[in-house]
Amino acid sequence: MGLVLSASRFGKLMEEWSKKYDIYAPALFEGSGPFSDTDQVRYAKVTSLEEIVFDKKSNYPFKEAILPITQVLFYFTEDEVREAAPRGRDAVIFLRSCDFNALRSLDAIYIRNVIEDHYYKGVRERAKFVVMGCESSFDNCFCVDMETNTCSGYDAYIHLEADSVTLDIVNPELADSFSFESGENAQITPKFVTATTTRVNIPGNLDASVAGSDMWDEYHTRCTSCGRCNFVCPTCTCFSMQDVSYTDNGKCGERRRVWASCQVDGFTDMAGGHSFRANKGQRTRYRVLHKVYDFKKRNGYHMCVGCGRCSDACQEYISFSACVNKLEKAMGVK
Amino acid sequence: MCDRNEYIPSAYEIKDVVKQTDAEYTFRVAYSADVKPGQFFEVSIPKFGESPISISEIGPDYIDLTIRKVGRVTSEIFTYTGGDKLFMRGPYGNGFDLDVFKGKELIVAAGGTGVSPVKPVIDYFAANPGEVTSCKVLLGYKSQQDILFKNSLANWTSSLDVSLTLDRAEEGYGGRVGFVSALVPGLDIANPPEAQVIVVGPPAMITSTAKEFLNRGIAISNIWISLERRMCCGIGKCGHCRINDQYVCLDGPVFNYEKGVNLVD
Repeated sequence: MGLVLSASRFGKLMEEWSKKYDIYAPALFEGSGPFSDTDQVRYAKVTSLEEIVFDKKSNYPFKEAILPITQVLFYFTEDEVREAAPRGRDAVIFLRSCDFNALRSLDAIYIRNVIEDHYYKGVRERAKFVVMGCESSFDNCFCVDMETNTCSGYDAYIHLEADSVTLDIVNPELADSFSFESGENAQITPKFVTATTTRVNIPGNLDASVAGSDMWDEYHTRCTSCGRCNFVCPTCTCFSMQDVSYTDNGKCGERRRVWASCQVDGFTDMAGGHSFRANKGQRTRYRVLHKVYDFKKRNGYHMCVGCGRCSDACQEYISFSACVNKLEKAMGVK
Repeated sequence: MCDRNEYIPSAYEIKDVVKQTDAEYTFRVAYSADVKPGQFFEVSIPKFGESPISISEIGPDYIDLTIRKVGRVTSEIFTYTGGDKLFMRGPYGNGFDLDVFKGKELIVAAGGTGVSPVKPVIDYFAANPGEVTSCKVLLGYKSQQDILFKNSLANWTSSLDVSLTLDRAEEGYGGRVGFVSALVPGLDIANPPEAQVIVVGPPAMITSTAKEFLNRGIAISNIWISLERRMCCGIGKCGHCRINDQYVCLDGPVFNYEKGVNLVD
């Protein structure tokens, strides 16, 4: 259902949504950027159109709305465990085409990788996705080369014009209990970018031999293993388990899962002292090849969606796209 | 809410605890559902955490978990005794397919705690020696104090060809000294291209031992390895055990060496 609404009418629609859903969208956090006097855009619960940031790329992706940074799995006492009840209401999540494509990768791991993840699936089934159109690409974006600049299967589409909101409501549940006026119906064309300044070339003949290349060596000295690239990635899904006991009764507590990073020390540590990839260049290789080679081998499409956030976030200015563009030359070179 | 929640563990009673070495105890846990040799359980103690532990023996109403006291969880488990309860979920992993070895010449090479995941395979063919053409077992430990499953060793010797080697010579020890891989060149293998081989141990031991077997004319597709990696979930979600496009918890821990040799950590 194509619609063109005034900002105030869309505000009314959001009010209606807010009665039923928690609405998550990129929002501005003034002064909370990594440098002084810089802002940050990250996901937050919103209730009005004014809170949603349309003109900037969010520094963090939508994933924390469905895959919390810290998630309680169950509560325990000494001899029994009790599943943590689902938190929050059904969700409406505003996200861009690249991130909507990233959802496919999260689903691949959390739903389709042999065994379903009970917690993820529960939240996922209760979420609706509103794709935000992109007028043009942002810095470091390379969605076109990753074929994630367009998408389908969303519950709604939205973009802003100077004084109106263009909307396509695909899922009728999002139009429930709201009367649209006849003049609001319109033919709309979603805005998807068709070109990006940053380009990547993933060699068609890429194979595992590139893991042996010396191209990874420079990252051993450049990377500081801070893990930001993982935490801002819409498709990174790794976590570690954490047991916490309560101070007032040490026998009671909770088991949580917490986002983990394959770049940070300790990711592969096993009890007894064995670990793998002590070299940070090899950790980069592990991450980069998962995004543009290994994941595809298992699932049939690339994990990386070309949002460029890892390049945006790197304090050492390591560019993911530049790294990917070295693969062709590195093929077969030891 | 949906379906089965794989993360919720259940309590299982410890029937008995047997000391193998100072650092390794075997916990016999009441368990009677299906389980395959080579699979593992996520064993946990609330407040301390969860660890993947291989099954070292499969009984009609129990499984054995041989645990090395090396971390926070395992150190706490060592305070547990018969009658206490362990939280477990599983079994996970593919395990060994015994049918692959039946009717064949089988050689099992294992080192240290690597003996644990392959022990149910050895137990099976020790009890059913007629199901293989022959079964040779090569075991390697650091020292006499590190030898695991001494009771089983006596049983195995009566029906299988067992060789034991220690990493270093010790006073009062008259047996073989050296790594497991060093036993391979002198091994009597009747028909190398058809023989089936299992190699389990630390990464360096797997590489060096498999290399010796390849030198002996064993087909790479007839070599099976079992890998050990950090795992937080056991169900292909946490990502810690992923190597290339493979998840050790889902696609392994048992890998055919044709695939395993190409896995780059």
